[in-house]
Amino acid sequence: MRRAAAIVGIGQTEFAKKLGRPERTAALEAIRTALQDAGLEPGEVDGLVRFDMEATSEVDIARNLGLPNLRFFSSIAYGGGAGCATVAHAAMAIAAGQASVVVCWRARNRGSGGRPWAATGQGVPGDAQFTAPYGLVRPVDQIAMLARRHMHEYGTTSEQFGAVAVAARKHAVRNPRALMRDPMTLADHQASRMISEPLRKFDCCLETDGALAVVVTSAERARDLRQPPAVVLAASQGMGPEHTVMTDYHGPHFLKTPSTWAARDLFGASGVTPADVDCAQFYDAFTPLVLLSVEEYGFCKAGESGPFAAGGALEWPDGRLPFNTSGGGLSEAYVHGFNLILEGVRQIRGTSTSQVPDAEISLVTSGAGVPTSALLLCRS
Amino acid sequence: MTQTMIGERPLPQPDEDSAPYWRGCNEGELRMQRCKPCGRLRFPPRPMCPRCQSLESHWVPVSGRGTVYSWVRCHPPLLPAFQERAPLLVVLVELEEGEDLRIVGNWLGEGAEDVAIGQPVQVVFERVNEEISLPHWRGMG
Ligand SMILES: [Zn+2]
Repeated sequence: MRRAAAIVGIGQTEFAKKLGRPERTAALEAIRTALQDAGLEPGEVDGLVRFDMEATSEVDIARNLGLPNLRFFSSIAYGGGAGCATVAHAAMAIAAGQASVVVCWRARNRGSGGRPWAATGQGVPGDAQFTAPYGLVRPVDQIAMLARRHMHEYGTTSEQFGAVAVAARKHAVRNPRALMRDPMTLADHQASRMISEPLRKFDCCLETDGALAVVVTSAERARDLRQPPAVVLAASQGMGPEHTVMTDYHGPHFLKTPSTWAARDLFGASGVTPADVDCAQFYDAFTPLVLLSVEEYGFCKAGESGPFAAGGALEWPDGRLPFNTSGGGLSEAYVHGFNLILEGVRQIRGTSTSQVPDAEISLVTSGAGVPTSALLLCRS
Repeated sequence: MTQTMIGERPLPQPDEDSAPYWRGCNEGELRMQRCKPCGRLRFPPRPMCPRCQSLESHWVPVSGRGTVYSWVRCHPPLLPAFQERAPLLVVLVELEEGEDLRIVGNWLGEGAEDVAIGQPVQVVFERVNEEISLPHWRGMG
């Protein structure tokens, strides 16, 4: 399906700690905006793809937008790992002739709606029965376990995690949509309190309300539409052996997340290499996930991501690989990584507030640590 | 074994795969699931051996010794049940039997300030109620 489909419309609500309206309303606003951006009518939409954690359903979307006939709908599992896969499934449906215009969306009141881990009950079933009774319940705790091991094996430091947060903030300061627009220094990062040692508050993403949507259609149709298309050069999903929901504590590759497998197939299907990538939107629920992704997507060798980040490689405009140019989950908004997809599209359109000049190939990744997905977008 | 208050703390809900593990813990013995045909040890418990696809397994005692593979110290906000133990030291222990057998637990006893990857540890059981004893870890030497 290389170059078969393209993202032709993007839309979103504003981001807020408390948006003040239901997720369903926000989802509909975002989708309506994305269709207007594309110059397409709701009546042309015949496919929907969502996260399986998404609280708004296909029937909600279809009967509010007045969609006459859905021919394709699917939902993707594993939380933040689903983001790029929604576009992947849309592109596959289009390439296979099962749909012609597909909308993917994510609406989440995670800022005002409470923390999922706080609802951990007294009787814990499934894989979490071996972790939650010890207090390992928050995503940050589970990822901190990887971060500590990375520090041990490679000498990675808290300051190197901090370099990721500082770079994201630099980009957010330039982005009027971003929630965090006050500059952050490495000293600010180091002074932020411990949440799950070795990770500090500023190693963690924001907690945000917001909704976003994209419209996908065939690359051929995209040429006649309003916006410069962001063509899906390649898309992949991935999961390795012995995985549990958020971690791979029990397998032979402790520091390899599902991204390792998603990356292999992504570049394998694309015909390009990491050296061809102009900018990246890495899933950044926590800073160590960005470092792992830099390694797993092939931008440096295992263990070299700390110095890579600390040397400024992730910073716009002069770094080798400007990352999360909107500020990402760390400083723009955390909507399960879906805002990264829209920023990946803006880079191809040339409309980012931290635009990489003449960006031709834009990488977007989804949840790291969970079964995941990734996209390479390019110009038509 | 030590006795503690349950409070609102999350506790394991044993299922048909994990029940033998928790029964072993409750009897003061750390046990692992072993594939009958090929002998591979596996954790967490599950019906099928990922190496030979056999559904036949049994449970064998292991040494209860291992080394710290990684660790985190959890600071607030925590679940109410853990708040008064903050910061809460959680260790991931690799068993000396190998085969990537790694178990999460809390650190009990001396040495919490000096915990380090590679440190030898020994299992210790905390009785929580009649059915559940949780395996934790304490430093050796
Ligand atoms: Zn076997």
